[in-house]
Amino acid sequence: MKKYIALLLALVLTFAVAGCATQKPAETTTPATDAPATETPATETPATDSGVKVMTHDEYIAAELDAEVIVETYVQATQSWWEKDGQGVITVYAQSEDGAYFMHEMACSKEDAAKLTKGTKIRVTGHKTEWNGEIEIKDATFEFVDGDKFEAEAFDATALLGTDDLVKHQNEFVSFKGMTVEASKDADGNEAAFLYKWNGSGKEGDDLYFNASVGGKTYSFAVESYLCDKDSDVYKAVKALKVGDKIDMEGFLYWYEGSQPHITSVTPAK
Amino acid sequence: MRKTKRAILFLLAAVMLAGILLTGCHGAKEQIAFRTPEEFDTSRNYEITFWAKNDTNLTQVKIYKKAIEDFRNLYPNITVNLRLYTNYGDIYNDVITNISTNTTPNVCITYPDHIATYLTGNNSVVPLDDLFADPKYGLGGSEIRFDGPRQGEIVEKFLNECAFDGYHYAVPFMRSTEACYINKDYVEKLGYEVPDVLTWDFIWEVADKAAEKNADGTFKVNGQKVMFPFIYKSTDNMMIQMLKQKNGGYSNFRGDIEIFNDTTKELLQNVADHVGKKAFTTFAISGYPANYLNAGQCVFAVDSTAGATWMGSHAPLSDISEDKYVNFETAVRPIPQFDPEHPQMISQGPSVCIFNKEDPQEVLASWLFTQYLLTNDVQIAYSQTEGYAPVTSKALQNEAYQDYLSRGGEDNDLHYDVKIQAAKLLIDNIDNSFVTPVFNGSTSLRNAAGQLIENVTKSVRRKETVDDAYYEKLYQNVSSLYRLDQLSGAGSDGKAQLGPLPKMSVILLGSLAGVWVLIGAYAIYLARQKKKAEKDRKIH
Repeated sequence: MKKYIALLLALVLTFAVAGCATQKPAETTTPATDAPATETPATETPATDSGVKVMTHDEYIAAELDAEVIVETYVQATQSWWEKDGQGVITVYAQSEDGAYFMHEMACSKEDAAKLTKGTKIRVTGHKTEWNGEIEIKDATFEFVDGDKFEAEAFDATALLGTDDLVKHQNEFVSFKGMTVEASKDADGNEAAFLYKWNGSGKEGDDLYFNASVGGKTYSFAVESYLCDKDSDVYKAVKALKVGDKIDMEGFLYWYEGSQPHITSVTPAK
Repeated sequence: MRKTKRAILFLLAAVMLAGILLTGCHGAKEQIAFRTPEEFDTSRNYEITFWAKNDTNLTQVKIYKKAIEDFRNLYPNITVNLRLYTNYGDIYNDVITNISTNTTPNVCITYPDHIATYLTGNNSVVPLDDLFADPKYGLGGSEIRFDGPRQGEIVEKFLNECAFDGYHYAVPFMRSTEACYINKDYVEKLGYEVPDVLTWDFIWEVADKAAEKNADGTFKVNGQKVMFPFIYKSTDNMMIQMLKQKNGGYSNFRGDIEIFNDTTKELLQNVADHVGKKAFTTFAISGYPANYLNAGQCVFAVDSTAGATWMGSHAPLSDISEDKYVNFETAVRPIPQFDPEHPQMISQGPSVCIFNKEDPQEVLASWLFTQYLLTNDVQIAYSQTEGYAPVTSKALQNEAYQDYLSRGGEDNDLHYDVKIQAAKLLIDNIDNSFVTPVFNGSTSLRNAAGQLIENVTKSVRRKETVDDAYYEKLYQNVSSLYRLDQLSGAGSDGKAQLGPLPKMSVILLGSLAGVWVLIGAYAIYLARQKKKAEKDRKIH
């Protein structure tokens, strides 16, 4: 009897193990898209094949689109670091005393991303591009540069809103003062002081869009959630806005088919 | 001897206990395969989650919400909680994260490519074939409380796109394809007529001509400083469709990667030639095609039919200010072809899958809601939000839907002519549409297809040398970036190379071998004992 029990138990185990190992035909290997993190160290040297030298801001602006560019500048803010196709990238708002730069998805390790604090000097190598009006540096790499720090003071661009001169300050840290919050309309025609996404189709955590006027003209502003997330002061401040509120704002003069500042601070107008 | 027996039995029991414990541990994240219940238990309440994608289009959101409300009126015991996404990639990433914790949604908008990856979790996605055929709760079933489609009323081609490994793992929800949105005025100004079927030769010839400039640096065709003659939104689709039309290698259903071939190189070189003439660019490099088309800065813009409401000089949706609009006639055509007699274009658009749960009644509730998404009310309303086609013949042949299609151009909202032309384009070409093989890794291959065009385009713009050595390196880099070199293990025998066995499997298999060794030893021991007893009996 005991031997039959032992055999039975052993067979139960056999089938249990075999059952556990059964696979459906559809099952294959680990998803190829689940790539492990790869660390992309900052480049060691600024040398390029074409021998391009570090540019001033004027030289950068004068450079042709798609040209290789090298600039030394100071980090003012960054969007969230993330992995694109297994490579760490970060989008950086940077400014020097002679002008501002926007580095879109610059190659960067997670460790280096933590060091890209406000005022940090970096040397960036990439290609100048234009995307729906935004002049930016793409496919960029960078290295840290020892030395001084620079934190830009907000340039008061209020008077330039709606003028052709505003674009000259593209990507700079700017302020808009004495603005009045205007109603935005969602797809239902309802009035709101702000919208989640451009048309109100979003939800908490998405970009916020709102309108504000000065001198009888209304302009659009955004809180870019990868720059200032839902827990940031500015995100909460915009959600608390009421139509008619008088406000001062600071942010980066991003461009998308016209000015679309990425606002980083909203306070009652002084 | 009793001692020995006891020891063997103890050992067997110990091994078995360990095995059972390990097996239990291994199976903690496994799902039991779903079996359709005999009856839907209406005495219980169910709460199911539905992860849906909208094109930042509030009307689509409203349609989802109305569908949920209407469904609730029919099934008061089923509550559907909606979670909205605006792109497929985010849904995919969240599902992958939630599979490992068994917290997937019940019902989910998806792409078949993504399901292939979801299936790496055991029984995570419910195969729907038994549910389709269930006489009570299946398609057209006797207990369904709404007028849903029968299986034969789902467009076969679209339904087949949701099948792989012999099972349907999703149902189609909406279908779209790509269209070429054309500034007809510019084409005629350049001395051409827009043909019914575009060819690649035609597109390149006109685009090259549109890139010509005046002495002052403005473009001849529009007098502006900006002109992108030909812009492609999804370069992955561009490469996939060109290869299909050329009968060039891409992949097969076994997961073999075939894209790195001479036809691909020839196509890339052709793209490079026209980038060099400033005739071609991409969304990733220059921006949204619609913005340039509507501002009179583009002649040919290829984008999804599901983005038709953004295209054209009277488009109801636009990101550019009104003063930038240029008035022109918009022509809508299928994507360019290499063989106009046999046009081929991609079929895309959302499908719906159901994730497995411990409670089969909950899965059945999910299936009922999924079926509801195929009713005419939902299908027709949602398809009208963009250039989508409904996926059922029941909706396509519906009188109200046919009336809608016939009224293109009556207004720039519901009856926006470009949108309706885009929807008709797919409906007229269902038989000419195709999908790419789905396997675990097909999403990476798709990304790689687009990356080839993006890289070549960027390299030419940056005045890099694009020659044979360049292509060789490009193939290596892209293959490595998307780990296609590792996918090639799913090669000719159709089986994925699974790599070394996991530690747990080694332990379990080791236990199994140990058990059989012990069984064998015990059997030999018993045989010897028996033989000895018989021998002793004979002696005595």
